Amino acid sequence: MRVVVCVKQVPDTTEVKINPETNTLMREGVQSIVNPFDEFAIEEGIRIKEKFGGETIVITMGPPQAEEVLKTALAMGCDKAYLVSDRAFAGSDTLATAYTLASAIKKIEEKDGPVDVVICGKQAIDGDTGQVGPGIAVRLNIPPLTYVSKIREIDPEKKTIVVERLMERGKEVVKSSLPVLITVVKDINSPRYPSLFEIKKAAKKPMSKLGLSDLGICETKTGLKGSPTWVEKVFSPELKSVNGEIFQGEPEECAAKLVDRIINLGKGVKI
Amino acid sequence: MSYVVINKEACIGCEACIPTCPQAALYMKDGKAEVNEKCNLCGACISVCPVNALSIPREIKDASALADYKGVWVLVEHDGKKPVTVTYELIGEARKLADKRNTYVGAVLLGNNVEAMADDLGSYGADKVYLCQAPVLEHYRTEPYGDVIVELVKKYKPEIVLSGATTQGRDLAGFVATILETGLTADCTGLDIDEASGNLLQTRPAFGGNIMATILCPNTRPQMSTVRPKVFPVPEKTDKKPEIINFEFDFSKINIRTEVLEYLPFEEKISLADAEIIVSGGRGLGKPENFEIIKEFADTIGAAVGASRAAVDAGWISYEHQVGQTGKTVRPKIYIACGISGSVQHLAGMKHSDIIIAINKDPEAPIFKVASYGIVGDVMTIIPLMTKELKKRLNA
Repeated sequence: MRVVVCVKQVPDTTEVKINPETNTLMREGVQSIVNPFDEFAIEEGIRIKEKFGGETIVITMGPPQAEEVLKTALAMGCDKAYLVSDRAFAGSDTLATAYTLASAIKKIEEKDGPVDVVICGKQAIDGDTGQVGPGIAVRLNIPPLTYVSKIREIDPEKKTIVVERLMERGKEVVKSSLPVLITVVKDINSPRYPSLFEIKKAAKKPMSKLGLSDLGICETKTGLKGSPTWVEKVFSPELKSVNGEIFQGEPEECAAKLVDRIINLGKGVKI
Repeated sequence: MSYVVINKEACIGCEACIPTCPQAALYMKDGKAEVNEKCNLCGACISVCPVNALSIPREIKDASALADYKGVWVLVEHDGKKPVTVTYELIGEARKLADKRNTYVGAVLLGNNVEAMADDLGSYGADKVYLCQAPVLEHYRTEPYGDVIVELVKKYKPEIVLSGATTQGRDLAGFVATILETGLTADCTGLDIDEASGNLLQTRPAFGGNIMATILCPNTRPQMSTVRPKVFPVPEKTDKKPEIINFEFDFSKINIRTEVLEYLPFEEKISLADAEIIVSGGRGLGKPENFEIIKEFADTIGAAVGASRAAVDAGWISYEHQVGQTGKTVRPKIYIACGISGSVQHLAGMKHSDIIIAINKDPEAPIFKVASYGIVGDVMTIIPLMTKELKKRLNA
């Protein structure tokens, strides 16, 4: 089995603060991390290799410093890494990113051999789109299985996979042929923490860079030129203060007052 | 290779842009902003400039090729019997956009034996229903559904295609937009249209809900968006009948590689998506066992149980209960937040609730800003008292 895991370096959005004076995002000092959903993708990719043999390759698209996330993935247990990086890729939206990453995976197949499973996190916490995974699948002409919460079985002989998908009101069990692309949710596993030994070992694992000329793709399909959507403006979300009735003091009294309000509100609702 | 363009004439040297750059690519030189090669054209700096001196070098293509595209479409999501609520919400929003552009609303209905739903879609505002029925469309699957929609779009050329930002809608829209090589904006919470150009102004939260961004797709059609459920209201029902367009698709020409083996509905008594009342627990509960207190309170009041990301990340409750930017968006009549401070990421998922009630020991917690009622106090003391009082009152 050959698995490719796609990861993204993102700013830690839980640490992002708003400058109250200018009402703008303060990004200085915000740490760059592996997109949290991608950690589950890395873990699942490593587990597939551990169970069936083969190799797990990690790729990311981003500026040169994005190689940090590849180092983390290698330390966790991926075998080799590719940094998809070029000035020409800057400004890519989800369509251009999916095209570029899919082109990189095709190039990896030429170098390393056919890929059976591509794994992405369900979405990145900075953009929250969840569109790149299905986009890569379309470009590779393989079926996408999104929001996977469990891989039930993989049959390497028959080239099939059965997964559970987490939907709004239940789980769907789906069977697909391989190769396939899956996007994973955080229920799927608990990502491992690499030991110091593994971090040291990871430094010796192969990491290569793929640029525009390596991929041999058309410049008009990536970066700004290949991106049909663009950001017109950004602004802070307004939070309307409602000046509600907030009780303080004796817990019993407060609880009784609030229950009173809830019962009144509940007249139009089934309680 | 391009970078952010700085109009040096206009730049007043206020430095407002400098700290907004995630790549630290902006710096000051001779009293004016300057950019280095680290710029990845993310556009974070653009809106901050008070004199509009920053811009991204973009090309606007000839718009005449886009003029053939007309109509606002909604991709219908349903359970085989009736559409899910977000479909009605989208038809209502599509109606507003279509009226501004003086065009029609189309609903795209795929499935097996689903024609009974067509009139229903019309009564909520769809002028036309594009209907494709076949046994292979019995259960939603990305490939046959996506392939049919791509062909429909190519034939009828809508200018806008909306779908719900649900697991199905996001999956489907991502597939379709890639094949059509057009723009797709995820998880919109606001839509408007530029009446002259027909450009859709798609507003959505980003960076964990910390900022809102308005996205355009000026050079390609259709413009596609997934729209967050529970953000727009369900429109009034009328007795209008839609025009039904039966669409035949030759499924023998596509290779369907997936099969739905079974569906396992959650055992939850009430699902978060449909609940009229939601009681959510957060970090303030302190430990996993304390969720029992929330569950008991929720049972008493007939509510579904939600949770903040902090509680889910701590492993106290499973992910399907998570409310917020990376969890579910909810719009219940009453939302009761227990021990939840109200981070932007949580607010992004519940601020459209009709009434918000907060119980938190920190009087400065942001959740109180949006709360119509609240108690400043320890949830572990307050909730059991409220459960007891509620039981007493409801039994009386």
